Amino acid sequence: MNTTLLRQPGRVELTSGAARSKPFWNPYLAGVLLGLVLLATYLVTGRGLGATAGFAALATWIAGIVSPAQIQASVVHLKYWNEGSPLLNWTLFVLIGALVGAALSGWQGRRFSFIVERGPRVTDGQRLALAFVGGFIAAFGAKIAKGCTSGQALTGSSILNAGSLVFLVAVFVAAFGLAVFLRKEWL
Amino acid sequence: MFPLSSSIEFSLAADLAIALALGVGFGFALERAGFGSARKLTAVFYLYDMAVVKVMFSAVVTTMIGLFALSAIGMLDLSQLYVEPTNLTAQGVGGLLFGAGFLIGGYCPGTSMAAIATGRKDGLVFALGMLAGVYAYAEFTPQLDTWYKATASGELTLPSITGIGMGWWTLLFIAILLAGGWGMARLESRFSGLRPS
Repeated sequence: MNTTLLRQPGRVELTSGAARSKPFWNPYLAGVLLGLVLLATYLVTGRGLGATAGFAALATWIAGIVSPAQIQASVVHLKYWNEGSPLLNWTLFVLIGALVGAALSGWQGRRFSFIVERGPRVTDGQRLALAFVGGFIAAFGAKIAKGCTSGQALTGSSILNAGSLVFLVAVFVAAFGLAVFLRKEWL
Repeated sequence: MFPLSSSIEFSLAADLAIALALGVGFGFALERAGFGSARKLTAVFYLYDMAVVKVMFSAVVTTMIGLFALSAIGMLDLSQLYVEPTNLTAQGVGGLLFGAGFLIGGYCPGTSMAAIATGRKDGLVFALGMLAGVYAYAEFTPQLDTWYKATASGELTLPSITGIGMGWWTLLFIAILLAGGWGMARLESRFSGLRPS
């Protein structure tokens, strides 16, 4: 790694309450840590990390409560039904762990703040509506592609899965293409 | 020797404990990187803060080096690792939708956990949108899963398609990371005017 990569200009915190919170790590250092977690996952379990499957398991659990008949009608629900224990899902436990790990990191860095992240030109309400819509669309995309940033972009790319690399390129194409229309939300 | 899963049969409790422990590391790394913040995440698409690409790319390269090196010295059997069957249409279309959702919503599934854990209300709402999305998929379009399987083209990796070994690809990715790091530093200084103060 050359020196250009390691040099970090002074960062301006993007979150409010910035005066008290500690700066984030150098992104390359954080990336190496993330890579080591992913490597450990591969070495122990033979599979990589995921995130969307945890949401899917939670959705199937809800479906099982709301209307058990629906479980049998959908191959997707059946996949996560786990003989009646959809909550004992491996990826759901990863998500719970991630909440704990991020809380630890945020607490140590004094970065906890109960806010809505948005640019100055949209209201909190508009931003929350967009957050919901975006979550919905991202979930659908992840289900179609069989993975998200964790399962495809990180896990699949590091083992050079051609589909994962196509996914990664498509994500950036769509987001860069839309960025000009969503300047108000973020800038 | 590795992966351990090929020689050890983990009990359910052990399996879930492993998931929890790895999840802690996952969430910690994401939050450290600043990925609990939607503005930090979406900044990459306005080119003034390329942290998303830097973190992802260095993570991928780190894992790739580890997998390659361990298999080269005979400690890891690469053929025992799970590779999601490739379906280029699904990954292309799904990726476009996912990218749109990422920019509109401000997070991705994993980073929304870091956002929730540090109090971001929009992170929680994004996660609820995700939940609604996966629910809708399972209810209304489960046949897409059947279609995926029927049209998947097996486990296509760059080494299997090209016949060029993983070591060479790893070297190439390291080179792209180094060149990209230099290029991204230039982009960031050029677009620094967009950075919120």
